[in-house]
Amino acid sequence: MKHQEAPLDPSLGSPPDPTLNAGPDQSRRAFLGIAAGATAAVVAPAFVLQAQAVGNPRAERVSDAHRWGLLVDTNRCVDGCRACVDACDQENGLDLQRKQPDQSEAEWDTQKAVWLRKVKLQDNLTGRVSNLPMMCQHCEHPPCVDVCPTGASFKRADGIVMVDRHTCIGCRYCMMACPYKARSFIHEVVEDQLTRVPRGKGCVESCNLCVSRRDQGLDSTACADACTALGHRAILFGDLKDPASAISQALRTMPSRQIREDLDLNTGVRYAGV
Amino acid sequence: MAIAVIRVSLVAVGLVWVLAAQTVLAGDAQRYVKPGSQAAHSAACVEETNFMRRNHMELIKHQRDSTVHHGIRSTKHSLAGCVNCHVSVSPEGQALAINGRDQFCGACHAFSAVDVNCFGCHANVPRGGLLSPAALAAHGDATAGARPSPGQFMSDTPGPATGRAGGQ
Ligand code: SF4
Ligand code: SF4
Repeated sequence: MKHQEAPLDPSLGSPPDPTLNAGPDQSRRAFLGIAAGATAAVVAPAFVLQAQAVGNPRAERVSDAHRWGLLVDTNRCVDGCRACVDACDQENGLDLQRKQPDQSEAEWDTQKAVWLRKVKLQDNLTGRVSNLPMMCQHCEHPPCVDVCPTGASFKRADGIVMVDRHTCIGCRYCMMACPYKARSFIHEVVEDQLTRVPRGKGCVESCNLCVSRRDQGLDSTACADACTALGHRAILFGDLKDPASAISQALRTMPSRQIREDLDLNTGVRYAGV
Repeated sequence: MAIAVIRVSLVAVGLVWVLAAQTVLAGDAQRYVKPGSQAAHSAACVEETNFMRRNHMELIKHQRDSTVHHGIRSTKHSLAGCVNCHVSVSPEGQALAINGRDQFCGACHAFSAVDVNCFGCHANVPRGGLLSPAALAAHGDATAGARPSPGQFMSDTPGPATGRAGGQ
């Protein structure tokens, strides 16, 4: 039981950098950071026990009885807040990426993997600005899957669009096909990937709706949790096929739309207030 | 008579070779299973040792498809499980990369001259947990009802069905 992960993993348990977040609830956030750190310290000595005690690993094939999706209320998304982005980065080990020594900041900005980005929209007629987090939209009819020559880009039965890195050849057709700029290519050797998120050079990747959480029986995503923890509650995760789910009820009662609905992709990520 | 003696001694030599080979194999097993790893304290691997030697790649390959495409995470043939059980630890308490040339995967693959590509993408030490600390914390939260209800989503006052969504 000596082989623990704690010494290898300095970034995950540490409190988030408060300067990155302009949200109002810093004390709660700091507390959550400490709580997360404490949890890490407690569970670290028993890697196996941790996996058994908390997760409920899936034993049956995913089915199309569910379709996972997100609803984003852009009215509640706060300008300058990056909590969801940071949470996504930490969940998936993207915060462990490092700039190559010979790379300029500008080049690094365009090349590092980004699964979730904040986008600011301005209505040029009225001047109204809205903020929204933009990730893979988990299209029902995903163009990325249509163009993939190897079948690596695929849609799981429960609607999650993913890349099977074992078969991805890194051609990046899917990146060009995606209307949402949702996908990233890994340009350099990765040394410090997380156990729950394998990722390596030469493959394309994108938001997978926290698929390891899905398969361990948890009921939310990192971005939605982080947003809720700050009190913004702008992101709601849930099952679009379950009429009783929170997301289905919210979709029934508030106006929402798909980004680029003209493309008829029937996205699993919906936006209100835009 | 002379022929019989030669025959007996040939058999004896053969037996000695078999014994020697088995000793070497046992020695190998001890060398590759790292002292201090969890595996060193286990009576058996997830399948019989000789079967694992020859077929571990098939098991992992099968599991990879069922995990990636069908979301199945409960089976015992996971690469994360191999790493977790076979990783060894330095005297300073640091887990050592399992594909290092003197480590469990690396040593045998170096001996058999087969490249091991798994760790281009997969973590070569247990790192970060199967669930993130944030997920573990939020999972505790979830039982306490911290997730927004449909009514709370969009509303400024936390509480059941008081927001626009619930009110309409
Ligand atoms: S948003 Fe892009 S990456 Fe995601 S499913 Fe649609 S086309 Fe594919
Ligand atoms: S980069 Fe990979 S996932 Fe994308 S189209 Fe090419 S092979 Fe398919």
